[in-house]
Amino acid sequence: MPAVWIILQHREGQLHRMAREAIAAGQQLAEITGGRPSAVLLGHGAGDAATEAAAYDLERVLVADHPALERYTPGAYVGALAPAIAAAGPAYVVAPHTYQTVDFLPRLAQATGAALVPEAIAFEPGDGGLVFRRPIMEGKLQARVKVKGEGPVLLSVQSGAFPADGGRAGEAPVASLEVGEIAADREILGVEQVGGDQVDLSKAEVVVAVGRGVGGADKMKPIEELAEVLGADVGASRPVIDNGWLPRDRQIGSSGQTVAPRLYFAIGISGAIQHLVGMKGAGCVVAINKDPSAPIFGVARYGLVGDLHEIVPALTEAIREAKG
Amino acid sequence: MRIAVCIKQVPDTEARLRVRKDGLWVEEEDLPFVINESDNYALEEALTIAEKTAGEVVVVSLGPERVKDALRKALALGASRAVHLAEEAFQGGDALATGRALAAAIAGQEVDLVLTGSQSDDVGYGATGSVIAGHLGWPHAWLVMGLEIEEGGTSARVTREMESGMNEIFRLQLPAVIEVQAGINHPRYASLKGIMAAKRKPIERPSPADLGLEASQIGAAGSRLEVLEVAFPDSGEGAEMLEGDAATMARTLVEKLQREARVL
Repeated sequence: MPAVWIILQHREGQLHRMAREAIAAGQQLAEITGGRPSAVLLGHGAGDAATEAAAYDLERVLVADHPALERYTPGAYVGALAPAIAAAGPAYVVAPHTYQTVDFLPRLAQATGAALVPEAIAFEPGDGGLVFRRPIMEGKLQARVKVKGEGPVLLSVQSGAFPADGGRAGEAPVASLEVGEIAADREILGVEQVGGDQVDLSKAEVVVAVGRGVGGADKMKPIEELAEVLGADVGASRPVIDNGWLPRDRQIGSSGQTVAPRLYFAIGISGAIQHLVGMKGAGCVVAINKDPSAPIFGVARYGLVGDLHEIVPALTEAIREAKG
Repeated sequence: MRIAVCIKQVPDTEARLRVRKDGLWVEEEDLPFVINESDNYALEEALTIAEKTAGEVVVVSLGPERVKDALRKALALGASRAVHLAEEAFQGGDALATGRALAAAIAGQEVDLVLTGSQSDDVGYGATGSVIAGHLGWPHAWLVMGLEIEEGGTSARVTREMESGMNEIFRLQLPAVIEVQAGINHPRYASLKGIMAAKRKPIERPSPADLGLEASQIGAAGSRLEVLEVAFPDSGEGAEMLEGDAATMARTLVEKLQREARVL
């Protein structure tokens, strides 16, 4: 029977939200393939997270406990997982698509001769095996892919693709996973907060968010005017921040802040999944984009196709008029 | 230091996309191509380090003939030579197959460091650099937001992005593969002098055999992923699209936000 392994990410004795999503995904995948899912947890003294995982309907919770696993490094993680996968031969290994997982999963695939399906958002049975769906072109398109050849399949599941509370509860025995000689390949020096959190967008009622389409720091003035007339906070998608057009504390998305305003303007934002996860709690979404096929229109209530440099000033004017 | 930079040429993220007739990829005719965004930052990082250490940058890319433009641009920016894996056998691979070929190309270059972007803006596997590191047996780091080569050039201080606004800082032994995140620096523009000089810089085009690779290990044949279809996603109910010129759309929107959605 093809076994399914689920690699769990945890921190300070708790499962990462996306680890719970990965459990739900792994259980679904096991149902399709007819196997049983087991969870794998790497750490040192991570008993609390293991206990949390054991409350799911799983074959086993396998815990790899080793001093070198106390802090994550790809060297120690791949060193622990590669021989275990070779020995146990799971058909599928499911992991959350987190910054930690994406760091080591490709190396694990390379080390074990596995196939790698990054950022899966869905899977379904197809001819000759599972068919996976994943975003390409920054989410503007989706690809359906299948896996050929022999050996395990490693997949990471995108945030929000499977519900964190969708995992089936149960009672799983906790067992230990033997770890051979492993070593960290990074000398950890510390962690730092990025740029501080001077701006808290999480409680904003109205957000005007801009994307790459705005075209430059010198073109922000009309955006700021729109925000002002709306009494809104200005946010941005990642490319705007990376280009230095706005400070990093304005970033909305998987590596930035999460917002849930009643009104959200997405201006020149195509709608990559990394941005959508940061604003999916928004009430009414207005999208302004020159590309009518931009994925942002799929999640918006109102769509305006055209040149944002014309639409934004017109909108500011219309709101001013309406407010008298 | 001698640094290899792996770049990928991808469709301009601003370009309008169409699905190719066979449904397996986008229509490339009339599609503008550019150097992948995070690879551009990797190139800048490499050029800066090479300048400081009196070193050189070798730029490496896998892709069809059009990729020559991206390599010329990298040469114009300051790379001293290029390696282009252009043969058909190299093409159409997943991250594992592409990483294997790139690692083989880099192995012969005697470099001290490999830099590349964290993720391509087209297929977005976010994996190729790490696979290269696996083949070379070197440490790697993905999503790097800060890189400092330490004295002696045998180690690097790396700042890596984690979730929830935190960075992790660690030391890596060199040689290593560093996959940088967009935003790590400010990429330069090519000068006219650079563009002229680039015309005389060499682009090497090794065959799979030159790199000791079998055709079955690389490209589509050496991949375990097979694309069945690419398509625009179902947009669910999708947005109500407003009609008219900018002023008309603006007035309609304000009315709808007030009366329909009642959020204004």
